[in-house]
Amino acid sequence: MNFDFSEDQKLLQQTARDYLAENAPLAACRAVLESDQPYSRELWQGAAELGWLGTAIPESYGGAGFGQLELAVIAEEVGRALAPIPLASSTYLATEALLLAGSDEQKQRYLPRLATGEAIGTLALTEAAGQNATEAVRASFHDGKLSGAKQPVPDGGVADFAVVAAQASAGTSLVLLDLTGDGVTRQPLDSIDPSRPVAGLRFDAAPAELLGAEGEGAALASRVLDRAAVLMAFEQLGSAARAFDITREFTLGRFAFGRPVASFQVIKHRLADLWCELELARSNSYYGAWALSNDAPELAVAACLSRISTSEAFDLATVEMIQMHGGVGYTWEYDCHLFYRRAKFDAAILGSTSHWRDQLITRIEAQAAA
Amino acid sequence: MDFNDTPDEATFRAQARSWLETNAKPLGDGERRGALAEPEDREAVDRSQAWQKQKADAGWACITWPKEYGGRGATPMQAAIWAQEEQCFEVPPNIFSIGIGMAGPTILAHGTDEQKEKWIPKLITGEEIWCQLFSEPAAGSDLAGLRTTAVRDGEDWLINGQKIWTSGAHWSDWGVIVARHDPSAVKHAGLTYFVVDMHAPGVEVRPITTINGGRIFNEVFFSDVRIPDAYRLDAVGNGWRVAITTLMNERASIGAAGGDAMIDELLALASEPQPDGSRPLDNAAVRQKLADFYVRSKGIENAGKRILTTLSKGGLPGPEASLAKLVAGSLMQELADYAIGLQGQAGVIQSSWTDRYLSIPGIRIAGGTDEVLRNIISERVLGLPPEARADKGLPFKDIPSGPPNA
Repeated sequence: MNFDFSEDQKLLQQTARDYLAENAPLAACRAVLESDQPYSRELWQGAAELGWLGTAIPESYGGAGFGQLELAVIAEEVGRALAPIPLASSTYLATEALLLAGSDEQKQRYLPRLATGEAIGTLALTEAAGQNATEAVRASFHDGKLSGAKQPVPDGGVADFAVVAAQASAGTSLVLLDLTGDGVTRQPLDSIDPSRPVAGLRFDAAPAELLGAEGEGAALASRVLDRAAVLMAFEQLGSAARAFDITREFTLGRFAFGRPVASFQVIKHRLADLWCELELARSNSYYGAWALSNDAPELAVAACLSRISTSEAFDLATVEMIQMHGGVGYTWEYDCHLFYRRAKFDAAILGSTSHWRDQLITRIEAQAAA
Repeated sequence: MDFNDTPDEATFRAQARSWLETNAKPLGDGERRGALAEPEDREAVDRSQAWQKQKADAGWACITWPKEYGGRGATPMQAAIWAQEEQCFEVPPNIFSIGIGMAGPTILAHGTDEQKEKWIPKLITGEEIWCQLFSEPAAGSDLAGLRTTAVRDGEDWLINGQKIWTSGAHWSDWGVIVARHDPSAVKHAGLTYFVVDMHAPGVEVRPITTINGGRIFNEVFFSDVRIPDAYRLDAVGNGWRVAITTLMNERASIGAAGGDAMIDELLALASEPQPDGSRPLDNAAVRQKLADFYVRSKGIENAGKRILTTLSKGGLPGPEASLAKLVAGSLMQELADYAIGLQGQAGVIQSSWTDRYLSIPGIRIAGGTDEVLRNIISERVLGLPPEARADKGLPFKDIPSGPPNA
């Protein structure tokens, strides 16, 4: 039994943590949040130079040739720093989609540029409010042309290419297209977390190509989301741990009635409960990481566990963060809202937890029937 | 990251399973032993003792205890593997959770060679049954506020007072007891730890019936009970330190008693058609709730795997291990509650769910209440300040106290 990361993986994590502590203070996230810039180009460059973007990309496609466990520990540190970079869109979504369904030629074309950060990719599934229903997409793909609209697309304003779900003759399919080419209009949208920008994309007979088999789009998208859910869970774990640490420090330093606020049982017990939630989320996410890195059939359920418990725990951590800070926690100046916004964004962008709960029961039943 | 045993662990598991297959009947698929299986009658106690003897003769009793006393001298990880394997077989209820889970480890940690020689071998072979005499009517979560007195009398100590919540006292040959030898000392410093002969004159055991109808717990009254000084564990005044050893072991063993089978049973219940033909599991609200239960159940299970990893690497779990008991207690209560509700009016009919609903409140209190566990986590894991206390530095006799609970 070894339900833990290896010493090498922990070393990689420490290196990432040290780099981000030096180069990505929370002020870096705030700078993006308060400006029109969509992400920090310096940090993106740094992440590329350190090899993070190609962590799970094979060496033959210009990557580092590690696996998802290494990517998970990096994700945790990126989350801890609230680093304002399009890592999730480009790495957990676009890269994983290409690794999963791309032809050799497609991989050759995109993966090396993803690894160096020259290209940013994203995944565009959603068209309107409502739970994920990849089967019901209205965008259409015929004769190599994509038409329709998608929103919100994470990092859709800056991505160089996208994987898009669209209806083709054989049913829902995934297609790949350059967003810098003809027939693509982008409209930036306001995001609850401006350090995680989103855009609306409009396609008017934009040239595109199939990613994976025609008609397999819903199943493929679901598998990509499972993989991204686990990696995103680690980012969420890192962010939640940081929110927890800041809150703990604050309650220790803040005095009321002649005592640190952290000495009141109502605060101690809530922090203890929150710590339990974070530990359960971490434990479920380790299970997810194990399933992902082994391509195990358990991933279908493990991804739901990672996604639901981590999203809920991160949410709770940030709600408690503001509440335990009191009035200052509600100010723009304090960093609590960076976490509060990020938690809500992360919990929604891969599909809501209620959607994943429903999926979980479906998958448990399918597993029991198998 | 790897769920598999190391080669050594796999060898040990194969040996354990092979012995169990020869000596016990495997449970069917999905069957697991109940978390609260304590013997309720003499016949069950006899079977429990016979099984313990059988294991001891073959070297499978008390996996981590020293060989010189009859233990196996193996690692905590091997003990965990043994426990996993034994769970898959139909074995008698366990009367030794206190003796082997708590008293034995305390004697091994704090006892003299003579004391270990006297008590440990018969604990291992199951010949003697033990109980733990800590809680009192006025000392529960504030255990160090206990009032049972120990007064030195020649080579003996005279014990007077009342203990409560003593499980298995009515079957027990020996008990571990903490008593106050010095009421003028500050609270924790006035305590001493002893072993008491439960058959000694002046020991009176009265059963307590709990809300589930169970007769596991007792009140135990001590009237001038004589304990030889040779039965004192560790130094006079060290009782609190020794008690902590017992309590750390208690939390580990109660926490280990999980309820992971419950979620599978609840899913099965929700899959059964109702009178109108529909299944609860097709209802959106039910699906959402069961998914939450499932996520938390698996969270506890996966957290357990991280603790096993610590054991496997040769470490010992710290106060973080309080998590499992804290989270599992309220989760099991919610699961039982939900299962009763799923059955509509029929939920009131006695079933395994109503039985559990009536048993689980005890789990949230025994061996550290939820509230004590939150204090432990916040202070010892998170490093938050200790509770403000009104009794700090006061001699015990001067500490304000309300009337004892009736």
